[in-house]
Amino acid sequence: MNSAQGLRRAGSDPNTAIVLLITILGALWSLFAAAYAPDAAMKGQAWLLLGGFLTGITLLVGSIAGGGVITDEREYNENLIKAGVIASMFWGVVGLLVGVVIAFQLAFPVLNIEEFGFTSFGRLRPLHTSAVIFAFGGNVLIATSFYVVQRTCRTRIAGGIWPWFVFWGYQFFILMAASGYVVGITQGKEYAEPEWYADIWLTLVWVVYLLVFLGTLWKRKEPHIYVANWFYLAFIVTIAVLHVINNLSMPVSWVGSRSYSAFSGVQDALIQWWYGHNAVGFFLTAGFLGIMYYFIPKRVNRPVYSYRLSIIHFWSLIFIYIWAGPHHLHYTALPEWAQTLGMTFSIMLWMPSWGGMINGLMTLSGAWDKLRTDPVVRMLVMSVAFYGMSTFEGPVMSIRAVNALSHYTDWTVGHVHSGALGWVGFVSFGAIYCLVPWLWKRKGMFSKALIDWHFWVATIGILLYITSMWAAGIMQGLMWRAYDSLGFLEYSFVETVEEMHISYIIRAVGGLLFLAGALIMAYNVYRTIKGDVTEVDEDVVDQPSLQPAQ
Amino acid sequence: MSGKKSLWSDLHKSLFEKNSLILTVGVLVTVSIGGIVEIAPLFYLDSTIEEVDGMRPYTPLEQLGRDIYIREGCYNCHSQMVRPLRDEVERYGHYSLAAESMYDHPFQWGSKRTGPDLARVGGKYSDEWHRDHMRQPQSVVPESIMPAYGFLETSELAFDNVEANLRALRTVGVPYDDAMLAAAVSDIETQLDPFADDYDGFQARYPGAVMRDFDGNPDQVTELDALIAYLQVLGTMVDFSTYEAEADENLR
Repeated sequence: MNSAQGLRRAGSDPNTAIVLLITILGALWSLFAAAYAPDAAMKGQAWLLLGGFLTGITLLVGSIAGGGVITDEREYNENLIKAGVIASMFWGVVGLLVGVVIAFQLAFPVLNIEEFGFTSFGRLRPLHTSAVIFAFGGNVLIATSFYVVQRTCRTRIAGGIWPWFVFWGYQFFILMAASGYVVGITQGKEYAEPEWYADIWLTLVWVVYLLVFLGTLWKRKEPHIYVANWFYLAFIVTIAVLHVINNLSMPVSWVGSRSYSAFSGVQDALIQWWYGHNAVGFFLTAGFLGIMYYFIPKRVNRPVYSYRLSIIHFWSLIFIYIWAGPHHLHYTALPEWAQTLGMTFSIMLWMPSWGGMINGLMTLSGAWDKLRTDPVVRMLVMSVAFYGMSTFEGPVMSIRAVNALSHYTDWTVGHVHSGALGWVGFVSFGAIYCLVPWLWKRKGMFSKALIDWHFWVATIGILLYITSMWAAGIMQGLMWRAYDSLGFLEYSFVETVEEMHISYIIRAVGGLLFLAGALIMAYNVYRTIKGDVTEVDEDVVDQPSLQPAQ
Repeated sequence: MSGKKSLWSDLHKSLFEKNSLILTVGVLVTVSIGGIVEIAPLFYLDSTIEEVDGMRPYTPLEQLGRDIYIREGCYNCHSQMVRPLRDEVERYGHYSLAAESMYDHPFQWGSKRTGPDLARVGGKYSDEWHRDHMRQPQSVVPESIMPAYGFLETSELAFDNVEANLRALRTVGVPYDDAMLAAAVSDIETQLDPFADDYDGFQARYPGAVMRDFDGNPDQVTELDALIAYLQVLGTMVDFSTYEAEADENLR
């Protein structure tokens, strides 16, 4: 490709016009909602949405006036990834901070300040879960997938303005959802709290995300699609299906905030947990396995351990995960045949999960010494170890007899966090520590010692978190079913609550440590971007710029 | 990567790794199977939902109370699903049936009991207890870690538009008839007044619904009225004296 073809300014191209049209339609709808919304919450929310759309219109008009989006086919789009890294860091800190606040609320309920209705646990908990899963995790996935797909296809990302639409549209979705939660706009389905209008917006953003990703695969200069991209693709496609089906609902008014789920009772429950468990399976697992399959081999400069294991691992993981949802509904009014199917597949899931863990860990063959010398590798390896731990604990908890004890208790909360903090958190942090010097062309991170501090502070935080939740959960489960010598229930419910006070304090401290680690990281990333790197890190290798196809 | 070759990995390499559309379709097919096999039968197997007497749609007041329950995120700490385990049945009452949430859009079974299960809380405590509890949970349960919701008893309930709520619910399958929709707004005040003119009409529309002023303040229709009305009906609709757990149609 010669340079005259390479550099292209979009100017007033039709794509920018379509994005402009979308934002104008959004702004008009917001204006209608501000005027005619039947509920007070939506009246306030609509002004915020209008502000968002108007900001979008202003930026687009500014971009068109400035000559349009620059598309230089001779280079990778790295500004997009830089934006994604900064957004990930920001939302990570926000999400963890809210988590620490609600953890302390459970230990000290006086922290639910009633004068501000939005500070109650019930409204902040969805804010925490959405912020860490969708805002932090989602941004990490979008940023790394856009980075990996460009590099492994040796081509610039497809779509001109569209990848930017994905990035900013996704941030707007986060703001839409989060601002809604604090004023009480929610569907009341766990991990799917955003209301119908935010769901429609996310669907649009997500379909564009899929098309940008596929478009980049289509114009690849490499003959084969790299394994990390299989996982990213499975994540994008499956999340689209899950999101659309679980959020089918009937709005009370086309300019109001409230809607009612298309499903009810037992069907709604299974569809929700089919969605909920695969938010774990495809958002928090398949997507982050894509990170594992790119960043671990890159950082240790070794090929993936086994190609055939990747194939088996990939197809069996995505096939089996989908079935596992009913283990969230053991002993409920869900028919027993569905529970049994869910339990069976959940236990089978142990194998592909550990297949992936082995493939990730064994990639270090011949480079295990880096565990001692490179704290980023240590973080990535620890994340895979936590992945192995929580994907063993999960099948155990899905056994009906175990679940009878663990369900409804903090054991579940501990289990989720060993996966979320240990696996998702550490693999994301590891990827960001790799990306920052690569993207900003630095010789290393500002401080290697601070990465070490981050690693140890966060690891101790996770250990405090999960051990206190094991203690709390198993103890509470046993207390609920304890009988005295006369055959009466031994404990009232609130006695079991009282007993967990210490565990709740330890958990909150664990969370605080994990947040402290993320703050250390944010400072380190800031100083690196600023250009204060003095030491040369031998583990940071310059990444090649885009080469013309041979 | 492994140097060994096999038929399957060759096929994988030449098919899925060469063509992103085949890979996409392969993923879609693979992830669809489990969902279809597990979920679709729940919509047509008669045995999914038990046959019971007494289930009726929520009254407009109860439904708005349910909306407040969802708005405040009560499901984050309270389940509504009693499991058929000895201790749960003794602590909370009869285990929950699928039929009991057949009009719940969305379901609120919950996943965590930071507080106790609420599937059968209806009628367990007095309205006064609920009032005190919402005002300051620690005043009735000193060790409680629940936040206070005192603002509910001073917040005016917005119900001018409640007919639209019921209409949306009817669209997704709740059997509200035209008379229920027409009377939706007035039924809010009717339920709050045990001496209401339309007492008989209301009882015909919602058999057995409790009619009284729930928040103890007859001058105002508050969000607390709606929330307590909802809490007091939870788990009370099904007539367990006629329910045969061992009957063929109820074995699942």
